[in-house]
Amino acid sequence: MSETLLEVRDLKTSFNVKRSGRKYRLKAVDGVSLSLVSGEVLGIVGESGCGKTTVGRSIVRLVQPDSGAIQFRGGDVLGARGAALRDVRLNLRMVFQDPYASLNPRRSIGDSVAEAGDINGVFKSRADRAARIAETLSAVGLEPSFATRYPHELSGGQRQRAGIARAILPAPAVIIADEPVSALDVSVQAQVLNLMMDLRERLGLSMLFISHDIGVIGQISDRVAVMYMGRVVELSDARTILDRAMHPYTRALMAAVPKPDPSQRIVGVVETGEPPSQFNRPTGCAYAARCPLASERCLAEAPLLRPIGPDNRLVACHNL
Amino acid sequence: MNRDGIALWLTPFLARPIALAGLCVLLAMVIAAAFAPWLAPYDPYAIDPVSRLMPPDAVHWFGTDQFGRDTLSRAIYSARMALLIGAGVVFFALITGIPVGVLSALFPRLGHVLMRIVDVLMAFPSLLLALGLIVILGPSVANSILAIGAGFMTTTTRIIYGLALRLRAETYVEASRSMGSGTWWLVTRHILPNLISPLLVQASFVFAFAQLGAASLDFLGLGAPPDIPSWGNMLAESRTFITRAPWLLFFPGMLIVLTAFSLNLVGDALRDRLDPRFRDVFGGEG
Ligand SMILES: Nc1ncnc2c1ncn2[C@@H]1O[C@H](COP(=O)(O)OP(=O)(O)OP(=O)(O)O)[C@@H](O)[C@H]1O
Ligand code: SF4
Ligand SMILES: [Mg+2]
Repeated sequence: MSETLLEVRDLKTSFNVKRSGRKYRLKAVDGVSLSLVSGEVLGIVGESGCGKTTVGRSIVRLVQPDSGAIQFRGGDVLGARGAALRDVRLNLRMVFQDPYASLNPRRSIGDSVAEAGDINGVFKSRADRAARIAETLSAVGLEPSFATRYPHELSGGQRQRAGIARAILPAPAVIIADEPVSALDVSVQAQVLNLMMDLRERLGLSMLFISHDIGVIGQISDRVAVMYMGRVVELSDARTILDRAMHPYTRALMAAVPKPDPSQRIVGVVETGEPPSQFNRPTGCAYAARCPLASERCLAEAPLLRPIGPDNRLVACHNL
Repeated sequence: MNRDGIALWLTPFLARPIALAGLCVLLAMVIAAAFAPWLAPYDPYAIDPVSRLMPPDAVHWFGTDQFGRDTLSRAIYSARMALLIGAGVVFFALITGIPVGVLSALFPRLGHVLMRIVDVLMAFPSLLLALGLIVILGPSVANSILAIGAGFMTTTTRIIYGLALRLRAETYVEASRSMGSGTWWLVTRHILPNLISPLLVQASFVFAFAQLGAASLDFLGLGAPPDIPSWGNMLAESRTFITRAPWLLFFPGMLIVLTAFSLNLVGDALRDRLDPRFRDVFGGEG
């Protein structure tokens, strides 16, 4: 029943950047492997700049990865052509972070929502198109009359609902949601999150849910991947990670979340210093400079993801 | 465009009376060009040897020239040539600048080559470029448009290139690409619609400067044929009478300046209502 929908293997994506006149190759994603089972929500969490968005953009082919493989329903995503490419385009869809930037101010909401269908020739007739726009707008909690409105007439929350509508017409298999609520007011965040969970239920969506907010991730995810400097450092069920984080970086992330009950506070996690520069990644564990458990081996050798403990959990750390 | 849209475009003018005045001058020019036969008190070509070089009076408001032709009538008819040259140059600058600028932004390798060429062309002073082209092509109205347009083609292309580069990086363009859109879709649905407002600004500036260029060519006898009324031609014909009949230079001269200045004001007002991210692309203009 739980078919693997999307599989990312050893993905590496880098960018050419200029810093003070010199050219560097910035390794934004440095060997990430993930898999998404049908119907599940996989949360990706990590601090700003760790490569979360780049993973998402690589999957929808907005950036060309250096190496690695991405498979959707067993078919190659990166090399897809023709009908296979169309299938990938319609089934792997992205929701963007900034609802103010992600809608074209000169296009009506209806045109934006129908864009994937229009590009890929999905609609049978004008009437069919109009009906499906209306249906999709209702599904995200917007009046069908919004179809003729323009983005500047909408609030942030309404815009993000339109952005979600654009991602589900026609219904995809996977939504890659890149911080879909972090640009919204706190009061609106919960509504939009509820909408996404509701849509997941109704449309049977699978989701890659990217966020730097562990609280939001905990609410929506079945499994969680924690990223640090372009790599996955811990991957497990959401409850396992939230309740019993193992990797020192995950524990530090958890400790930064305010907990109402003092007995639940994680003690003994002290993080020092800044993350090392992405331009010259250390040979050993990228977290060594900040890690309270760091040892000699951590400086010499990069830890690989390996199963630890009984909870079906993968951790990349030498000293656990 | 809906009513909201029109209101949006009018606000910058209502907020600034001087820009509104500029818009009125432009409107007056269009009316003068369209209704010249009815507005002009005399036939602009009618020669009257009896009343040569008459100073302005109640009969001839702007005076008469060395052939006794009515200066006011000739000035009114000249609005036609001014509009034609202005519109022609704007059209030429956009028809070349849009494809080159947009494609250069979308295809970086091609853009690299094309923008180098544009840079080289920009190194020539535009009047010199225009003169060179007229010498090669021969003087005529069409060639004036071409020669002046060539100078504005480069700046316009640069501006469109800068705007299109910004638009290409917009999240909604990314969203569209992630859903499989091709170049044609991106250009027609996302880039061109967002270029309209900034191009209106650029068009106003080009129109304004084209007036000065056309007047210069006419004055040198390299523009419109001398029998066609144009402000530049009027200046050229009467320059020898500058001390005896200064009104012959005053009125067409003032009209050239007024037109160019008004269009600049209009461009400024439109620029100020642009999205701030687009505004600095026009930094070097105006
Ligand atoms: N197009 C690009 N060109 C150059 N560098 C880039 C580009 N996109 C991302 N980067 C760099 O790659 C790194 C990872 O970026 P990414 O956007 O994937 O991080 P992120 O985890 O999504 O962070 P955030 O939480 O801030 O969104 C960053 O250092 C970023 O500066
Ligand atoms: S490998 Fe070493 S430095 Fe890295 S997280 Fe584990 S203990 Fe810390
Ligand atoms: Mg991001």
